[in-house]
Amino acid sequence: MTSTTASTSAPESARRPARRTARELPPWPIALLAGIGVVLFALPLVGLVARAPWTGLWAHLSSRFVVDAAVLSVVSSIAAAAVAALVGVPLAWVLARVSFPGRSVVRALVTLPMVLPPVVGGAALLFALGRRGVVGGPLHDATGLLLPYSIWGVILANAFVATPLVILTVEGALRNLDRQYEHAAATLGASRLRVLWRVTLPMIGPALGVAVVVAWARALGEFGATVTFAGSLGGRTQTLPLAVFVALESNRDAAVAISLVLVALSLGLLIALRDRWWPSR
Amino acid sequence: MSSNDPGAMSATSNAAGGLQADIRLRRGDFELDVSLSVEAGETAALLGPNGAGKSTIVAAIAGLLRLDGGVVRLAGRVLDDPADGVFVPPEGRRIGVVFQDQVLFGHLNALDNVAFGLTSRGMRRAPARERAQDWLDAMDLGDLGHRRPRALSGGQRQRVALARALACEPDLLVADEPLGSLDVTARNRLRRNLAAHLSSRRNGGTASPTAPRHGAGDVPRLLITHDPTDAFVLADRVHILENGRLTQSGTPDELRRSPATAYAADLSGINLVRGTARDGEISVTTDNATPSQPGRHPAVVLHAADTSMFGAVLATIHPRAIALHRERPTGSPRNVWRTTAEAVEPLGDITRVLLGSPLPLTADITPGAAHELLIRPGTTLWVSVKATEVELAPDAATDQSERLTETHPLRAPGRSSNSAA
Repeated sequence: MTSTTASTSAPESARRPARRTARELPPWPIALLAGIGVVLFALPLVGLVARAPWTGLWAHLSSRFVVDAAVLSVVSSIAAAAVAALVGVPLAWVLARVSFPGRSVVRALVTLPMVLPPVVGGAALLFALGRRGVVGGPLHDATGLLLPYSIWGVILANAFVATPLVILTVEGALRNLDRQYEHAAATLGASRLRVLWRVTLPMIGPALGVAVVVAWARALGEFGATVTFAGSLGGRTQTLPLAVFVALESNRDAAVAISLVLVALSLGLLIALRDRWWPSR
Repeated sequence: MSSNDPGAMSATSNAAGGLQADIRLRRGDFELDVSLSVEAGETAALLGPNGAGKSTIVAAIAGLLRLDGGVVRLAGRVLDDPADGVFVPPEGRRIGVVFQDQVLFGHLNALDNVAFGLTSRGMRRAPARERAQDWLDAMDLGDLGHRRPRALSGGQRQRVALARALACEPDLLVADEPLGSLDVTARNRLRRNLAAHLSSRRNGGTASPTAPRHGAGDVPRLLITHDPTDAFVLADRVHILENGRLTQSGTPDELRRSPATAYAADLSGINLVRGTARDGEISVTTDNATPSQPGRHPAVVLHAADTSMFGAVLATIHPRAIALHRERPTGSPRNVWRTTAEAVEPLGDITRVLLGSPLPLTADITPGAAHELLIRPGTTLWVSVKATEVELAPDAATDQSERLTETHPLRAPGRSSNSAA
């Protein structure tokens, strides 16, 4: 994430002369270990491609089972990314700008889902917001709304694991931002909200973009929290990753087909991100 | 310089439009305690070394830092008074700040940077852009409005920053080291713009778009700098800040005559001479009259090693570069003339000699030399200055007014008053 935040202070880096070093050959232990690393990541892909049912691929992907899961995945992951941005950016702003007692505790709390096993997160959500949960019970009694085992549950579970990525990235970008720009805007008569909207957010735009896309990708691939909190109901809460898991038991070719789509999507995303937001130096 | 200007001397009569800042602040070990006022229409310079607290004062006046004690009052409004619980945030202060390093918004082009303050204050986008374009035109940046700051040179960025601060028609203009981050060429060019917009001497004239818009630039201006040349050329009144305290305030001439500290002595002794250069010869226009010798002086010609400059120039001579003799010196110095000592001030390690007609200069010599030469007020002396010690820069002020009136026929009325001045 450090490279993403660096790109926000573009004038700074533009001033710095790019240092070009001569092409270097790595010492052999480094080359060996790096090579092992590449193999480690490439091997699963090879396995997947080798096992792919190329002839029946389209039939598998256009089946009702897959299309339902894909639509649900796209809708819920985009919604989750939106929620992550909506909640994550203000939280990041508070963590970066407001000094209050217990700030580090709050920061640890809101970034906990990044290190917590997603299943535990899903279970915790269930205990809080389930039908008999601390908040979920009264909520259901009052409004009839039931979060678990619904698309709302999927979105919530996805947002739960995706938001910390937005918080960390945006907080880093805000801390790296030179406050003088906001000061200048204030002396020009801009209200605090206008400063945020017209200066702060545009200036951290690249980092914010990366944060939202990464959050979206994380939501798209979410499994543990979703299955625990929202279950795996075909056509209702069964997202693509859940569909892969189910299909592995019943229809292995379909599982491989979906996996290929997810891999292609992720790979394309990372390449696009690198070109658009990561400095290519 | 314009010490004879009665407007600069008469204090506090029209304080209503000016700035009164009584700033007490503590940041860690650093303590700031400064009382400073800038009258309407006046240009004050705050001159001090790095770490003296200049930027802290800017922040306190602009509302980016709260006072611990004291009061900031501008145009009759109290902006900060901790004792009374008053604090106006920066967006409510109407203070235009030209920041060190410009601080232009990188995601907006030059035009939108200038328009930012106008739209922030509620002006609609189209008229704000029109007004911003006028300001860019006035800064000779008319066709660069579409450029992002990154695609502008340092001097151009600084002019955009100045336009951005002035476009809001502030009650006070603060320029924090406006020339600090620029190379020599850009400095000289920009000093022209600053002279037009900062210096009260120019505002009566007209070249600046401030003039027609708000009645002859009666906005108080505060220039923050560590460069005595900027302070002494542009300001009516100079405040010297050392280690969080004002050690001396006065007109450039007062400071020159009786500097209160070693730092002030070092800064205020710099000799600035206006003239017209041709092939390394500078015909000095002697409105540099000392108070004791008002009126016209016979023209003097200075020789400079730099033969590249033509037209209006500002010659700088360091007081230590001026040698004094009892007899006419022999040898190589190109500039030799006879004068009288006007005043002799012992300032510790140096003795400052103020020289009279034909060219009032300040010379710093050792107390030993002063003793040997038997210098007293009225003593006749020979002055010698090497041509290499006469440093030249384009004269900002004069040059600017000519240039602007030339390139802006609409402002042609300015020409007459300029040539009269």
